[in-house]
Amino acid sequence: MEDLLIQALNGLASASSLFLVASGLTVIFGVSRIVNFAHGSLYMLGAYVGWSLVTQLPEGLAGTSVGFWGSILLAALIVGAIGMVIEVLLLRRIYEAPELFQLLATFGVVLVVQDVALLIWGPQDLLGPRAPLLRGSTEMLGVRFPRYELFLIIVGPVVLGLLWLLFHRTRWGTLVRAATQDREMVSALGVDQRRLFTSVFFLGAMLAGLGGTLQLPRESVNLQMDLAIITEAFVVVVVGGLGSLPGAFLAALLIGELHAFGILILPRITLVLVFLVMAIVLVARPHGLLGRASAPSRGAAAAPDPPIGPTPRPLIVAGAIALALLIAAPLLLRDYEISVLTELLIFVLFAASLHFIMGPGGMASFGHAAYFGAGAYGAALLAKHLGAPMLLGLAAAPALAGLLGIAFGWFCVRLSGVYSAMLTLAFAQIAWSVAFQWVEVTGGDNGILGVWPDGWARDKSVFFYLTLVLCIGASLMLRRAVRAPFGYALRAGRDNALRAEAIGIDGFRIRWLAFTVAAVAAGIAGGLFAYSKGSVFPSTLGIPRSVDALLMVLLGGVQTLSGPIVGALAFAGLQEQLMRATELWRLIMGSVIIALVLFFPQGLAGAVQKAWGK
Amino acid sequence: MTTILDVERIEKSFGGVRAVQGVSFSIEAGEMLALIGPNGAGKSTCFNMLNGQLRPDAGRVRLLGQDITGLAPRRVWRLGVGRTFQITATFGSMTVRENVQVALLSHAHRLLRFWRPAPEHFADEADALLARVGMAEQAERACGVLAYGDLKRVELAIALANAPRLLLMDEPTAGMAPRERVALMALTRDIAREQGIAVLFTEHDMDVVFAQADRIIVLDRGRLIAEGSPAAVRANPEVQAVYLGAGLVHG
Amino acid sequence: MVGFDRRTLLAGGTALAMPRIVHAQGDVIRIGEVNSYTSQPAFLAPYRNGWILAIEQVNAGGGVNGRRLETIFRDDAGRPEDAVRHAGELINSERVALLAGGFLSNVGLALGDFANQNKKLFVASEPLTDALVWARGNRYTFRLRPSTYMQAAMLVEEAAKLPARRWATVAPNYEYGQSAVRWFKELLTRAKPDVTFVGEQFPALGRIDAGATVQALASTTPDAIFNVTFGADLTNFVRQGNTRGLFERRRIVSMLTGEPEYLLPLGDEAPENWIVTGYPWEDLNTPGHTAFRDAYRARFNEAPRLGSVVAFDTVSAIAAMLRKTGADTETEKMVDAMRGLTFPTAFGTGDVTFRPIDHQSTLGAYVGRTALRNGRGTMVDWRYADGAAYLPADDVVRTLRPQS
Repeated sequence: MEDLLIQALNGLASASSLFLVASGLTVIFGVSRIVNFAHGSLYMLGAYVGWSLVTQLPEGLAGTSVGFWGSILLAALIVGAIGMVIEVLLLRRIYEAPELFQLLATFGVVLVVQDVALLIWGPQDLLGPRAPLLRGSTEMLGVRFPRYELFLIIVGPVVLGLLWLLFHRTRWGTLVRAATQDREMVSALGVDQRRLFTSVFFLGAMLAGLGGTLQLPRESVNLQMDLAIITEAFVVVVVGGLGSLPGAFLAALLIGELHAFGILILPRITLVLVFLVMAIVLVARPHGLLGRASAPSRGAAAAPDPPIGPTPRPLIVAGAIALALLIAAPLLLRDYEISVLTELLIFVLFAASLHFIMGPGGMASFGHAAYFGAGAYGAALLAKHLGAPMLLGLAAAPALAGLLGIAFGWFCVRLSGVYSAMLTLAFAQIAWSVAFQWVEVTGGDNGILGVWPDGWARDKSVFFYLTLVLCIGASLMLRRAVRAPFGYALRAGRDNALRAEAIGIDGFRIRWLAFTVAAVAAGIAGGLFAYSKGSVFPSTLGIPRSVDALLMVLLGGVQTLSGPIVGALAFAGLQEQLMRATELWRLIMGSVIIALVLFFPQGLAGAVQKAWGK
Repeated sequence: MTTILDVERIEKSFGGVRAVQGVSFSIEAGEMLALIGPNGAGKSTCFNMLNGQLRPDAGRVRLLGQDITGLAPRRVWRLGVGRTFQITATFGSMTVRENVQVALLSHAHRLLRFWRPAPEHFADEADALLARVGMAEQAERACGVLAYGDLKRVELAIALANAPRLLLMDEPTAGMAPRERVALMALTRDIAREQGIAVLFTEHDMDVVFAQADRIIVLDRGRLIAEGSPAAVRANPEVQAVYLGAGLVHG
Repeated sequence: MVGFDRRTLLAGGTALAMPRIVHAQGDVIRIGEVNSYTSQPAFLAPYRNGWILAIEQVNAGGGVNGRRLETIFRDDAGRPEDAVRHAGELINSERVALLAGGFLSNVGLALGDFANQNKKLFVASEPLTDALVWARGNRYTFRLRPSTYMQAAMLVEEAAKLPARRWATVAPNYEYGQSAVRWFKELLTRAKPDVTFVGEQFPALGRIDAGATVQALASTTPDAIFNVTFGADLTNFVRQGNTRGLFERRRIVSMLTGEPEYLLPLGDEAPENWIVTGYPWEDLNTPGHTAFRDAYRARFNEAPRLGSVVAFDTVSAIAAMLRKTGADTETEKMVDAMRGLTFPTAFGTGDVTFRPIDHQSTLGAYVGRTALRNGRGTMVDWRYADGAAYLPADDVVRTLRPQS
């Protein structure tokens, strides 16, 4: 019994830490609708800056309470200022871009911060000092419980209370709440939106910094902190209901406690628990625990996509030339370059498949790798367990991916916006954990090896042509489908759900079918990927792979049909080149992404289209 | 004359507020029936129960004798009910013609086709409908950039795409200039006569109502308080009482 | 087009392809080294230093048969698929003679399988997974570092001497952690049948919920704990464990914790009296190691880590192999030379052999206790556990490894 009570306290301490990060994220999202991928980076910076301050204290302050807590607060403020700078220099310039485009910008920040932190603080994990006065433990229920954990348990509710006061007892807070509910209204009130957004960003970043720096006395400071926290923070925000602080608190409590008790019963559940919770909550409550259906988000408020129209002649010519070059490529290039082209083609199809639901369907997915990975595993499992020939494996790939798409899509397409995107992420993580954990079948994280092409396709050129036919063929089919009545039905539902329903379109079935088609296409790409790499690992359906697809689509431009192709080539090509060229590829890649975002807020293909239209 | 729509004592409450109470009426083919009443009278609620957006708590809605109570909007549409919205609802990323083509494709059950480009389907039929509402010249323009009055016409063309027996028009002229209003409703009236379509519309502009409606029903606080020809309704003391304060009965 | 030489066209086609520096060939032997530099910088920065030092020493000594060694490093960012792409590039474009590297087990396995498929030599330095030389072993893959099995076996030898009966385990939830726990349980139960395992925790790698994990372990009241966590997880686990008294009156047996990579970040909170495998970098004063340590310190102005030794030894092994082939870089000849190759380790404990039976080297590890000295952790009472003594019997190995 005592054990359970203590475990409940442990859960509370984790919940507090989680809430601090999530609170900043939810405040920022609520007002600006920005999916701030860099929030984890701000958290990490908080820890690093705090560490530097605490360990560099001048004589007399070192080791004192004033020195320590002063450093903690100062670190939080510094991170708040960094957040402000990011808002003013970067995000402010792209508020009018299509929905989720800001995610691309914040991802650029993540990459830059990773290398900058490495350059400043070095690769070694850093251990911060313990907090004065809260160093040791207190005897509770016959067990020693760390005083600092007790302190953290209190910090969460205190911060919630302070935020509540801020939002309900000040004019600024009232404005922020109004903006969370309806942005147009605030601008109608004559409030300077820019300053409001900047100050909200300061607050959100400061909370992230505080969350990070408060970890100093209990955790090591390291370069993996950013990505370790960001997904969980998002889960908390979404489970709580986007923009809802009490919701975030409740969700943090729920997840903290489930974690603490979950490991008593099923230790291995930690891998997937938060995503199971998110899936269940979102299926039962499509807007999270305390969230409400929000006013249309920025994307819907922005100008509608331009009509598609027939493919312009120059584009057809350019496409034909590109295709001719691709067909000639194996005669001109060496094996390695051919295999890079093969990989790029695979990514083109992967990105095109995501674009199919994201662009015409208006449904973002944070978990599209699930279907890419399902394709890869579909092929690999057949090869490993049944010794199937390659063509059979390549046929199994879209089949498995499609089945998964049917199953997951049925839940996901009922939701909208970020909720839907996060539900796709939850399912993708559940699929990932199955691949990771079910060692007997999938080989766990050691993967499945020896998935090489059959003899006839072992030559790099032959496999390249196979990939060319399948990937370009499937991409063109998707393009065709967008122009066909089905694509129009899909766009109809995105443009105006009310009107679509009023002319007899069953939006759910159309979206479900589109989701499945996208899954099948991603599965084809995944199957080819397995054979091109010779091995399959759970990372093929992991979050980074999903994020890659998202970045490719956003970089190319959601609103154009050629966007995913351009985006995939630019993103994967750039990464391939930079990784070979320099150690600091993340810094350069991040900077390039930020620059592209600033100069081409419509995406690369969008920019070309716009220039052409002039 | 055949009865197109027959509404029998429909009711709807929202959390204790009885928005619509025991409303009954019917519409004949080719008839223009106006549903009027002051703000909050329950017009929109009533309307939304007819096309399936809301399910009545009680009562029956029959279309050509078939019970359609509580059917989803898309099913109601399939049975021959077209609809326009108070705030125009069109597909902003498509051209005017494509908007109509989607409706035609849906009517023909051809949405699940993946090959031939949509603009090649029913182009002539779409143009004919657009010509009927006077939008033929603008067929190639994106719907997102149209003037409001033109959008209303496009919506009418979309609503006509399934050769409806009944048109439901919620505030069809809201936001339009006075001259445009009369023109749009006169056009609607012509089409209704010509094709034997029953039209039910709500309207704030009494000029439009009295000029275009064959018959008027009046709602107040969820109840039907008057029904009859424009002249009879105008003369009805109860209606006058309801509207007097607002000074809306004129012209 | 038949018989058409692509290579001749390439000169013209290069402008179309990626930019590439054309290197003079013939006098240098190129090694392609793929590792997770950006995702595991804390471990791989010292590793790379060790590698550079060894290459410099070989070349300063005139190279191998007059041919200099040159390394082309590639970062896989922790992704096996990128590692495979780099491997293809290194072989195809950079014309490396052999591949080396790998830190993460799955990257090592992907590279091993790639090497097998493409019939190129792969000398795996760091990856620990047993599968690399056993279940998924192949003709072209060799591994230097003592494997999960070997390190677990070294610790079992010590654990069996303890009076503890009730054991709990904590390990990161991935293949390495699971294998370490599985072997530890199996070998300890064999050595001491009366032990019972009363609890196990598998926190997600890099995301341990340390407070809850420590409490969950404590609630099973074990006599001793087998720990496999490392890095940030270990730091957080140790902090919570210290504050909550988890380690008091309990013996802790811990994989790799004696390595400076993991011990030093813990500072003055490094645990005392844990039984660990590791590397006593300060006190190991064999002539060979002293020379290595001095050279390393002179070159990089810091003490070597275990990764530095692993990299240094990998280069030593490659150089020794090339001497054996007479600087012939034909793959089959190099593979034959690797089988049974002996070379000296930077530990200064004598020669190490790549076993022909499974391509595992007999490099060992140090087993000892942790202690605090001058405000940081170190190893005391250590001894060298020769890898050869902690491998299963040959007939067992044959059942573990596919025999071609």
